[in-house]
Amino acid sequence: MPTRRRALLVNLLLLIAAALSIVLALGAGSLRVAPGDVLAALLGDGEGMAAEVVRNLRLPRALAAFACGGLLALAGTLMQVLLRNPLADPYVLGVSGGAAVGALLAMLFSLPLLAMHGGAFAGALCAVLLVFGLARGDGSWTQTRLLLTGVIVAAGAAAVVALILSVAPEQKLHGMLFWLMGDLSHAATPWPALIVLVLGLAAALPLARDLNLLARGDLVAKSFGVGVGKLRGAIYVLASLLTAIAVTTAGSIGFIGLIVPHLVRLAAGNDQRLLLPAATLAGGALLVCADTLARTAVAPQQLPVGVLTALLGVPVFLYLLSRQPEMGKT
Amino acid sequence: MNANRLDVEGLAVEIGGLTLVRDLRFHLAAGERLAILGRNGAGKTTLLHTLAGLRAPGAGRIALCGEDLPQLTPTQIAQRRGLLLQHQLDAFPASVLETALIGRHPWLGRWTWESRADEALARDSLRVVGLEAFALRDVHTLSGGERQRLAIATLLTQAPQLALLDEPLSHLDLNHQVAVLDLFSRRVSDAGLAVVMVLHDINLALRHADRALLLFGDGRHVIGPVAEVMQAELLTQLYGHPLRELADGERRYLVPG
Repeated sequence: MPTRRRALLVNLLLLIAAALSIVLALGAGSLRVAPGDVLAALLGDGEGMAAEVVRNLRLPRALAAFACGGLLALAGTLMQVLLRNPLADPYVLGVSGGAAVGALLAMLFSLPLLAMHGGAFAGALCAVLLVFGLARGDGSWTQTRLLLTGVIVAAGAAAVVALILSVAPEQKLHGMLFWLMGDLSHAATPWPALIVLVLGLAAALPLARDLNLLARGDLVAKSFGVGVGKLRGAIYVLASLLTAIAVTTAGSIGFIGLIVPHLVRLAAGNDQRLLLPAATLAGGALLVCADTLARTAVAPQQLPVGVLTALLGVPVFLYLLSRQPEMGKT
Repeated sequence: MNANRLDVEGLAVEIGGLTLVRDLRFHLAAGERLAILGRNGAGKTTLLHTLAGLRAPGAGRIALCGEDLPQLTPTQIAQRRGLLLQHQLDAFPASVLETALIGRHPWLGRWTWESRADEALARDSLRVVGLEAFALRDVHTLSGGERQRLAIATLLTQAPQLALLDEPLSHLDLNHQVAVLDLFSRRVSDAGLAVVMVLHDINLALRHADRALLLFGDGRHVIGPVAEVMQAELLTQLYGHPLRELADGERRYLVPG
């Protein structure tokens, strides 16, 4: 029986987990800061280098990680309902491919950091519009058609990425590969991602019960009075926008958008009213932890966080798949 | 106040440039049962979806409980009529109780959650289709017939005044076929429900419907009381297979010849 009390409780627990993950991220690193000093620095009474490091270096990065993780998990949850496919993730429709082409072109021509972010966002939007336009085509809008169009556009983008990598000078390859794997060290400021995350969640929550019905099929949703056409369009645009912002901030970090919705769904069920905020919080917290690990595991060397999420994500996902035979059947 | 659950005037149903039903006219009052019969592809489901407001008619008007369909919002339509679909799709795991509770969707505000009363209604619906012990089971563990009964429970939880049933007996064994038709017949006589159902079993239709609508698939149709319409000769034409009538006292049976 779905109840508001249970949804609030689960989300409160995840909120606490997210806060703890950020405190952990702010304390960890070559300069260790005790949790008490972290709180002091955040409240503004801390003095000295530790407080500076926490406030100016680690806090923006931790917030960016939280925002990106939340964006990807929320977009993944929406995409899985939209495509009615538990194996969908935010990148399946080519958003990250388009962004990669834009970002890598900016890097290839040695444009400034801002142009790289701009290129990534423009590339993501181009992919979204292309898939949207082609998939609508004759006005019908089956998810098979959407999925196929997205997969093909993603494949095309991957080819362009390979082309750019093959002609890029050697000293630029390292940066490009990091971008492709997902890396938070380029995150200039966390604010755009955080603001979009809050707005995106606020836009998705009122639709949550409609999404519960959409997940059960277009006809079912229609028969219970859901405006399926509009809802699907809104969800597609929203999920694409969330993904575009996440990819623009930190490159294409894999697996968060696929794994987190499944983990939360397994633990707390598929009611979108609970799942949307819970996946957002869990995705944020998970990426904060993964990023902390990425910058401390082999310090001073930094690992691209996308590699860590994939390394953690693949075994978890395979385990889930073997436990839940029906997931592979759809 | 118009007591009719459904008013249909001059209705045409078209699909892909083909006219399946032409100039259909009928009224269905509270407490009436109409069976739709016809061959595969004759437009039974398409007609049912048109009556449910899921697709626009080619021509004519449809009124639900006295109000024209275009004047009602999708939510208002879903409060008045329930539609049992031919297929159920469960892409994601969900419990049986949760699935029955989606019937309350049209009745809940955007931020309202299901109340104790909604849960009681859903549990009661599960009980009348014999699934009360399954409330916490995952829908993926149900058999085809159990899944069909769950879909019927969801429709009962929706509590509509008009039930549009697309092959309500599919996947059901004999005793559940009769139980389901008895269940709807009781709701019709006790609660004033009106039912339109697509049926393939001629003899069950004879016993559990008041009127029958025969669709020939080329625009022609015949509608009338089952005793008049369901005659061996007409049904032979309808199905393109010879049928003959057997009598057992008061009861008539139509069997393939």
